[in-house]
Amino acid sequence: MKERCLLTDTLFDPAAAGHYSAAEWDLLLRQARAANLLAQLGVRLAQHPAQTEIPHSVAQHLRSARLIVKRQNRAIRWEVSLLQQALYDLAVPIVVLKGAAYVLAGLPNSDGRLFHDIDILVPRSALKEVEARLRRWGWRSTHNNAYDQRYYRRWMHELPPLQHIQRQTVLDVHHSILPLTARLHPDPGKLIANAVADPANEDIYWLAPEDMLLHSMTHLFHDGELENGLRDLVDMEILLNHFGTGKAFWARLTERAELLELGRPLYYGLRYVERVLQRAIPAETAETASAWGPGWLLGRLMDFLFLEALQPAHTSCNTLSTSIARWMLYVRSHYLRMPLRLLIPHLVHKAVVKEGNGEIEIPKGLRKIIADADKG
Amino acid sequence: MKPLDLKPGEIARLLRSNGLRLQIGPFAVSLRSRLRRVAEQIAFFYGDYPRIEADAFVDFHIQINNPAGLRHWVRPQAIFSFDGFKPFKPLPEDQAFAMFEWGLNWCIATTSHQFLITHAAVVAKNGQAIIFPGEPGAGKSTLCAALVSRGWQLLSDEMALIDPGDLSITPVPRPIGLKNESIAIMKNYGDETLVGPPVTDTIKGTVAHMRPPADSIVHADRDTRPGYIIFPTYSAAADSQLDKVEKTRALVRIAEQSFNYHILGREGFRTVERLVSRCPAFDLRYSQLDSAIAEIDALL
Repeated sequence: MKERCLLTDTLFDPAAAGHYSAAEWDLLLRQARAANLLAQLGVRLAQHPAQTEIPHSVAQHLRSARLIVKRQNRAIRWEVSLLQQALYDLAVPIVVLKGAAYVLAGLPNSDGRLFHDIDILVPRSALKEVEARLRRWGWRSTHNNAYDQRYYRRWMHELPPLQHIQRQTVLDVHHSILPLTARLHPDPGKLIANAVADPANEDIYWLAPEDMLLHSMTHLFHDGELENGLRDLVDMEILLNHFGTGKAFWARLTERAELLELGRPLYYGLRYVERVLQRAIPAETAETASAWGPGWLLGRLMDFLFLEALQPAHTSCNTLSTSIARWMLYVRSHYLRMPLRLLIPHLVHKAVVKEGNGEIEIPKGLRKIIADADKG
Repeated sequence: MKPLDLKPGEIARLLRSNGLRLQIGPFAVSLRSRLRRVAEQIAFFYGDYPRIEADAFVDFHIQINNPAGLRHWVRPQAIFSFDGFKPFKPLPEDQAFAMFEWGLNWCIATTSHQFLITHAAVVAKNGQAIIFPGEPGAGKSTLCAALVSRGWQLLSDEMALIDPGDLSITPVPRPIGLKNESIAIMKNYGDETLVGPPVTDTIKGTVAHMRPPADSIVHADRDTRPGYIIFPTYSAAADSQLDKVEKTRALVRIAEQSFNYHILGREGFRTVERLVSRCPAFDLRYSQLDSAIAEIDALL
């Protein structure tokens, strides 16, 4: 059963929430939680005078979600400082990506954003030393079977994910932003050369504003990570609002897309930020980007797929066609990641070998009120 | 708010259609389940709880059903879902009700940071609450069940919801979880008819739940001031004895037992600090419930 997507409506027009019934608030919070946008919704509503009309229980959930983000962001700064210590005498640039970068750079989307892993990009030439050093400081590989290790090391743009043995934080060490086997080949050297140095931490960098957006768009539209699709689209919208105050930014955005060969992801990013979140794109930029778009027929198909898949992952917004769209985009992302002669054996292997299931790891403290495995 | 006042058949019908909507302490919960076992136990344990309107805001939309696939039919399992999100592995179907209790604990502890949430049983008498923090196995649930059987009000068996502002405790009375030997002890000590059917071979051993007194459910809308903190330890053949605990020690122990202390940050520290400044803290070693209760009564 498909109901209105209250979440995207409300993110676009927070003032509308002032007139919501209890049942509408209920649905809104369910959609926001499913889309991992509860804290972001709290931020939007707080920026708006309609705030005074938020029912008490709703406000408690929004406040709780924002407290978790605050705590996460404190922890991220600490974690990055430990990373810096671990890699200090290698003296290589460590470019922090995505969620952690938004926090360090103090960007406005970080107030309302939850994420799980820390992603960093390092020069490929330093990869071996970085990995050895991280191992010494307590980070261990989480994918311990030979197939996964080989898969990551030969074809992917990152090491198998690392987890810290004490703090359990997960770290993805990238040497590029797309797999080595992918159709697009943005040069990581150009990203690193253009990165912004953290004034507070030596060797710590984040991507330049344009590159940050291009990376986010590439990740969403070419890497098939759609479970947080709407959240990532909201990131783009906030970053475009934040950086896009002058003409110069928009000109640099298209220049960098050209240079990094990321025109197509830019086209999709701008299109769906506009279509889903109703953020107007300057005519000149849209014009330039349209040259990187797909042909008419493929364009219609991608519209159908992305407009479905970018709905919140909640039953109220999802129909059969949403599932089909997500599945087709998943297949597409694999197709974009590697040529079929590599992809087919890989998918066969994944289908045959049973993977760990999707449950989350329950924090130790909480286990005692759920089922205390330690103390029978 | 009206009490549920539904026949078991109506409860089962709501559970398998639009959901049974209950007010459990400060939380509005909607539960859906097609499992007969869940319907029976919900009718037994939650029959006296207030119901909420069908179009009201709900804090937790929960479902307990068989997982898709083979385990729907062969040695059936049950799986817990918080509005589509399934944080736990499925369990054998006879643990479905316990799974609801554990799952609701998880929902509260991970989303309700308006409170400092401490792993503790809380009971009250004459408007004063006593907080019993404790590691699993320390005997807090047994002691809590015993006190409740002797007329104390149940605020919570698993978690103290402490307001960081005025330190008041919000009741969230729910069935009291009993494990292993405690089940027989409470059947003898209290009202046997309040104890539900035991489930064997859970990760906690054999578990059963005890119904909270109707009075505690009626008074669940009254926040209560904390008076004392007591750390219980069951110790075979020990004489009941209260020993004062230093405030700094109590602070560290409460912080360790709080689920969201790290999320509240400075506010969490200040809350615990003020709590231990206001409430004297004791260690209680006991083996006999009656004499333990006498010691606690003597404090008030």
